[in-house]
Amino acid sequence: MERVEYVLLLMGAIFCAYRAIVSKRILSSTIYLACISALISVVLFMLGATQVAVMELSVGAGLVTVLLVYALSVVGEDALDPSSVIPKPFAIFVVSAAALFLGWMVYPAVQFDSQMASIDLASVLWQQRVLDVWIQIVLIFSGVMGVLGLLSERTPTGITGGRA
Amino acid sequence: MNLTVLNIILLGIIGLLGVGVYGLLITRNLIKVVMVLQILVKAVILAFVFSGKVSGNLGLGQSIAATVIVADTIVAVVGLALAVQVRRRVGTLDAPQVSTLRG
Repeated sequence: MERVEYVLLLMGAIFCAYRAIVSKRILSSTIYLACISALISVVLFMLGATQVAVMELSVGAGLVTVLLVYALSVVGEDALDPSSVIPKPFAIFVVSAAALFLGWMVYPAVQFDSQMASIDLASVLWQQRVLDVWIQIVLIFSGVMGVLGLLSERTPTGITGGRA
Repeated sequence: MNLTVLNIILLGIIGLLGVGVYGLLITRNLIKVVMVLQILVKAVILAFVFSGKVSGNLGLGQSIAATVIVADTIVAVVGLALAVQVRRRVGTLDAPQVSTLRG
């Protein structure tokens, strides 16, 4: 029964990812992206990574979706994806070959399920990986600067803004 | 082939990565490129937690996944800000057109 749940969740995530890519309207793609986040969050929760699942759900399905919708509202009518430069059959061939090679490489590594006692996230984060916390703080400051750039309404003088 | 839960998750990760790379190859819109990167990073987050689960150190996998989530969000914010500014200055979001600009 557990296997069926995982299969349904991951197939749903892959389907939403494919629809997000091939959809012409980017607003639809944004909704599909939020669905992927929600499905991945459930998978993470089922794997036991509850804290990361909550972070993924709140950030991936919440914050990023809001940012994308805001960016789409700013850019307006240009939010349509033109056809690709690379032929799609060639892209499918390259991706399939890479995926098969990746699966061939990593498949032997996951033939066992370790039952070792795991250290909890708080201990790892605050005792073993303190540098990660500092990096996250710096990154959040960078994000604030990015949001200021996103919200900036000033248009430079002397630039017409027409198509190149 | 006997599909265990771990094999199913591994196949899901590879499938998500494959769809993400396919999206990177065919996408031209700058905002959509940011979205495709989000898809790829979701697969990577799942892979980190999965590897933590397999190796018996789920806390470490979660810690790295949390860092990746923060970094991914910042990438999305900065990427969207760049895309919006490119749209305002150049007038298009088409990556090949933007890349052919000079001066």
